[in-house]
Amino acid sequence: MKKIKCECGHVNPEGTVLCEACGKPIEGNQHIDGNDKKKLLNMRYDGTARRSQTYNKSIVDKIWSFFSSVKVGVWLIVIALVASAIGSIFPQEMYIPQNAVSRDPAIFYEERYGIFGLIFYQLGFHNLYSSWWYMILIALIGVSLVICSLDRFVPLFKALRKQRAKRHETFLSRQRLFSETETVSSEDWAALKEGLKKQRYKMTEEDGHLLAEKGRFSRWGPYVNHIGLIIILLAALLRTTPLFYMDEYVWIREGEQLVLPGTDQEYYIKNKDFIIDNHDPNDTRFKEAISKEGGEVPSNYQTDVIIYKAKQPEVTGAEPELEKIIEDDIRMNKPVKFDGYAVYQQGYQLNEFTSMSFKVHKTDDPDEKALGSFTIDLTSPKSEYKLENGFRVEINKYYPDYYLDDDGVPASETNYPRNPAFVMLVHPPNGEEPEISFLGIGKNIDATGENDYNVGITDFEMHDVSGLRIRRDYSLPYFMVGAVIFMIGVIQGMYWQHRRIWIRPKDGGILLAAHTNKNWHGVKKDIEKVIAGTKVKMVSDQQELDE
Amino acid sequence: MSNNFIELSSTLLYTAFFLYLIATVFFSFTIGSKRKSDGKAAKIGITLAIIGFLAQVSYFITRWMGSGHAPVSNLFEFMTFFGMAIVLGFIIIYFIYKLPVLGLFALPVALIIIAYASMFPTEVSPLIPSLQSHWLYIHVTTVSLAQGILTISFVAGLIYLIRQIDQTKLTRRSFSLEVILYSLILFVGFILASTLFSVMNYNVSFEQPTTGNNVVEVEYHMPAIASPNDSTLITKDVMNPWFETPEWMHGADAGRKLNTLIWSFIFGTGLYLLLFLVFRKRIGAVIQPLLKNARPDLLDEICYRAVAIGFPAFTLGGLIFAAIWAEEAWGRFWGWDPKEVWALITWFFYAAFLHLRLSRGWHGEKSAWLAAVGFAIIMFNLIVVNLVLAGLHSYA
Ligand code: HEM
Repeated sequence: MKKIKCECGHVNPEGTVLCEACGKPIEGNQHIDGNDKKKLLNMRYDGTARRSQTYNKSIVDKIWSFFSSVKVGVWLIVIALVASAIGSIFPQEMYIPQNAVSRDPAIFYEERYGIFGLIFYQLGFHNLYSSWWYMILIALIGVSLVICSLDRFVPLFKALRKQRAKRHETFLSRQRLFSETETVSSEDWAALKEGLKKQRYKMTEEDGHLLAEKGRFSRWGPYVNHIGLIIILLAALLRTTPLFYMDEYVWIREGEQLVLPGTDQEYYIKNKDFIIDNHDPNDTRFKEAISKEGGEVPSNYQTDVIIYKAKQPEVTGAEPELEKIIEDDIRMNKPVKFDGYAVYQQGYQLNEFTSMSFKVHKTDDPDEKALGSFTIDLTSPKSEYKLENGFRVEINKYYPDYYLDDDGVPASETNYPRNPAFVMLVHPPNGEEPEISFLGIGKNIDATGENDYNVGITDFEMHDVSGLRIRRDYSLPYFMVGAVIFMIGVIQGMYWQHRRIWIRPKDGGILLAAHTNKNWHGVKKDIEKVIAGTKVKMVSDQQELDE
Repeated sequence: MSNNFIELSSTLLYTAFFLYLIATVFFSFTIGSKRKSDGKAAKIGITLAIIGFLAQVSYFITRWMGSGHAPVSNLFEFMTFFGMAIVLGFIIIYFIYKLPVLGLFALPVALIIIAYASMFPTEVSPLIPSLQSHWLYIHVTTVSLAQGILTISFVAGLIYLIRQIDQTKLTRRSFSLEVILYSLILFVGFILASTLFSVMNYNVSFEQPTTGNNVVEVEYHMPAIASPNDSTLITKDVMNPWFETPEWMHGADAGRKLNTLIWSFIFGTGLYLLLFLVFRKRIGAVIQPLLKNARPDLLDEICYRAVAIGFPAFTLGGLIFAAIWAEEAWGRFWGWDPKEVWALITWFFYAAFLHLRLSRGWHGEKSAWLAAVGFAIIMFNLIVVNLVLAGLHSYA
């Protein structure tokens, strides 16, 4: 490595722009930070030698230089920004509305948004945020962040530790805030020091030269926040593995007991009751708003559940023994949590049919006396029901959620028993030909008009269904740690500033210069206070506004 | 009892509004003077702004007491809070930098936002289950405070641009600046149109078929230029719609929103042209000479400092608190819902702003343009995402 020795005696590493000790610009290296074209010195990294600016031969050097450029970093951020915006134009695949004509993305986007929707879908933007290229983009931002930070942090850290109070004259005069005072009395010197102390500057003196510094720790803010970001990106990576992250959804009827999916058969859940409450429409506060909403504004979605833990039986295949561990209600914003799992209230379906009871009677019997009756359990309908006195009812067709489709043909909209309808074949006991009946809610159609027997609905039971989400996410603590570190870093870097004031004696007077990494207004205020009552001249702002 | 609180709260909001208005007038008196904060007008202005702010805080508290929940649960309440956050941001920055001209621009922006807010339904609404969480107000208030401070960065940037951009010729820069000013006037257009037609009690109804064989009635409170898609007019003796809202505009009430947008453009453009006829100059050129005494370096500093203060706050409120709440409510802390995506975009954008400034030396004018784009993104998230890109968050 080519070392560079400065006239102050300090030996600097190759690529140094400003001597680490005295700050004198090092000849031949000024183009690196652009100091050759400007009056003011670029103080961003105190003129330290950065790997990216120094070595550019091998392929590693080139990659390093590429990723350590903030220009590249900003481009990556801007591309991610634009891509994210594009993805929000139409709903992502998972947000295709329930009531869409088709939830198949190949149909939905074109059907709803026309040609733009088709393009959106064909370019894969309907899954943009989990696409490989979006992931790569985010990963590149991560790489850029690490390299960029290392490239600057290490030399800057070393330089700030090595900096000396005694600085070269050009270093001072080429700072943005600078003044020269011809004569300064010893009282004024004392007042300056007193003032700096009052402003809580740390002072170092060397041969009558003074460096006053405060808030250096804020310089590390960006590096700290970038570490936080890296942790968040790593956490996101962890979360893609099933070891860290499990997400399941289950529909559960009132009264039903199920294995909680995703828990390796270890936990069972029972839905005791599903409840919807509405806000009181007569509440004087909300009356107007509620009536605008059509009289019903929900105030609570709740599932009362019992959660059991299964003790695995000795014999495989035997029923596990269940131990009740939690009895609680799950509401929105109030999940139930246990053993690293959390169960959330996510959806519901009201008034599904649990069972329907029917009777068979003679069509011409005015009393409709039952000749036989049967009950269909809609959670497990059978294909045939044998009645007490020899009748047999065959379920020829079952439409759980009956409607007439566009061609007027009966069909089922969903597989849930929300509007059940049946085509039944009634076999009389005497072995005659079966008669066909069509039955549904509010419908009882005799296809031929010649049926001797009629089937009628006598009773039904209904239930609600609750949609629950089961999650286990071991990556959360890592995200939390990353977020906290990020916040510490940004606050450290943004709400404090690194301010330095240099005073250099010169022929009975002084040169005064100051630098801060941000908030120039603040450091000027400091200086005003420090020099108040002395003859020291206020610094002038030599900033070249480049417009 | 609770209704008294609600009535009191709306009186307080009016009070705050008028105090901000008068404060703006006083700040306008400071314009010619070379002195900074020691001017009498500036002192009165900032005092009025503070009293107005306190009145608005009282509005917030009394409305909270009246409704039983923090009033940040619908678009009206949220936007008003945002207006309040802008005033707070202004007061904070004022005490750091003592720059009266900031008030002359920041307060009108807050006024426009509050007036815009009150064009949406203002009655207190009960909380739906997903909003019943402490995180509602922790998250929403921090986000708005952050956005309020970031708005001050836009205000400083705007003053910078008006002061600095050469108005002698029509260039891309002077044109872009004029576009920004015109956009602000469009908000005024929206307010004018809404107020005018609501004073006239204007009403038109349409019947619009929906899924199945159902028909819904759609009501407009402005004359219909664009009717709802595939609808029939049922009100008699009113202006016939000129065209139908195209089918691909789907969101709820697409027709009404499009129609309102058209009227805002008509009124806003009319107002702009009127101003142009009166002054025979670009608005930027009209204001420019008034800002001679504003120091560009200070404006630039404020533009940056406001971002430096607002960015951490935005991260905390808009991303971290948001994620914690989403985790509690929906069981996923991040879900790529449009509102979430736009929070991320805002965050990316200001991160880019900071990096460009820090490492590529984007000071002064470039930085001021960026601040304006940042504000546009914030407004997009507040308005367009809320009203147009449907998602889990769209209330109102
Ligand atoms: C979205 C991701 C990022 C965020 C949120 C972020 C955040 C920040 C923040 C808040 C600062 C402090 C700025 C200031 O003090 O004004 C900073 C500084 C910095 N960032 Fe990032 N950053 C991100 C990505 C990157 C990337 C990809 C790079 C690499 C090119 C990078 C390189 C830097 C550098 C070099 C600094 C300046 C350090 C200094 O000069 O003291 N950042 N970053």
